[in-house]
Amino acid sequence: MVLARTHNLWVPFVTLLLAFMLSALPLPESVQWGWPEWVLVVFLYWVIALPHRFGLGWAFILGLLLDLLQGNYLGINALAMVCVTFFAILMYRRLRMYRVWQQAFMVTLLVALHQTVSYWAQGIGSDASSGLWFLLPALTSGLLWLWLFVVLRGLRRAFKVA
Amino acid sequence: MFKGRSTVKKFITYGVICLSLIVADYQFQQMQQIRAWMSLAVTPVQWLVDVPQRSWTWLDERLQARDELIAENKQLRAQALLAERRVQKLASLTVENFRLRDLLNSGERLDEKVMVSELIGTNSDPFVHQIIINNGFDSNVFVGQPVLDATGVMGQVTSTSAFTSRVLLITDADHAIPVQVNRNGLRSVAYGRGHYDYLELEDLADTADIEVGDILVSSGLGLRFPKGYPVAEVIEVQHLAGQDFAKILAKPTAQLSRSRHLLLIETAHQQTAAVNRGE
Repeated sequence: MVLARTHNLWVPFVTLLLAFMLSALPLPESVQWGWPEWVLVVFLYWVIALPHRFGLGWAFILGLLLDLLQGNYLGINALAMVCVTFFAILMYRRLRMYRVWQQAFMVTLLVALHQTVSYWAQGIGSDASSGLWFLLPALTSGLLWLWLFVVLRGLRRAFKVA
Repeated sequence: MFKGRSTVKKFITYGVICLSLIVADYQFQQMQQIRAWMSLAVTPVQWLVDVPQRSWTWLDERLQARDELIAENKQLRAQALLAERRVQKLASLTVENFRLRDLLNSGERLDEKVMVSELIGTNSDPFVHQIIINNGFDSNVFVGQPVLDATGVMGQVTSTSAFTSRVLLITDADHAIPVQVNRNGLRSVAYGRGHYDYLELEDLADTADIEVGDILVSSGLGLRFPKGYPVAEVIEVQHLAGQDFAKILAKPTAQLSRSRHLLLIETAHQQTAAVNRGE
């Protein structure tokens, strides 16, 4: 991966860093349950917009970093991120044609997939459970997409990220 | 790169790598070392997240009105005076305790080294009750080290990196701490249930002598937590018809979701263990 100056690839990386910070924010417990998956949603945008730059390799690396940040077993988030990115790569052309609200719906499904995979992988080593509440971030992530898509597209166009 | 087949191949490869990583991390102790070094990569993010809180505290300290500071100072002086009086009393009690223990030929000494650490982050996963502190193995924090705040036991260190460590709180669903009732020495184990407001004792007989308001202190069994620190206060005792065991809930005395300054304790057991290892 060449970080050539003309491609302005620092923009995606700065947005990802911000997403990492948002996901590490200390929050009251009630908000935590519905906190969107910032890193995944931002990364999904860049996968759909620049699939030749961001693919399974980056999904794996970002997932590992997320695991380190959250103190999970290494590989749980990586596995979930790789699964979601796989589907995103398979249908990025279709996703680009969708309207924003249709995209938001797909993002909700993809984040739900991420939550299910990581919840399932986490269940191996722990015995905490509480119904289907772990899917709530999928809904908030879908809503977040409506706004984030516009912001990130604006950034991509303004800086001509390619 | 965009041909379906190569994507599928890559997907399977990464999937297998992830699964083997999870299994390896779950099974092998050596992964802790690797993790500790890899965690350095995310340490800057943890510091950056804490910046707003730190700068707010800084600004707040500088902008506080003079009379407020004077009032606070007065109050702290009064508190210090009270604390000093208690320490004086404690000193004589400690000496007396030493003498009595000598008489009883008991080898136990209640004297632990303490290090003050500061909270810099929490785990954003609501299933995991974990906090991050700003000291790591660079300042001799070790896995299994007990952590207290000013009012009680908080938890224990579960992983260390060079400059940060993770502390598992006593309310986490994976945590249990051996306790005893302060009033009569009744022993039990307090299990975390994934709620910040209570721990549960599930192995006390229905007829056990325990009542609402009893203070539970760490019993020192299990050799992880030092003996005699307050853990929780019993808030509910349910006698369930047809059950051999009572259901007992206790509220942690430590300010689990509020404390910012924490005490790391180096217990006597671990000191001797370190000496035995030749450290």
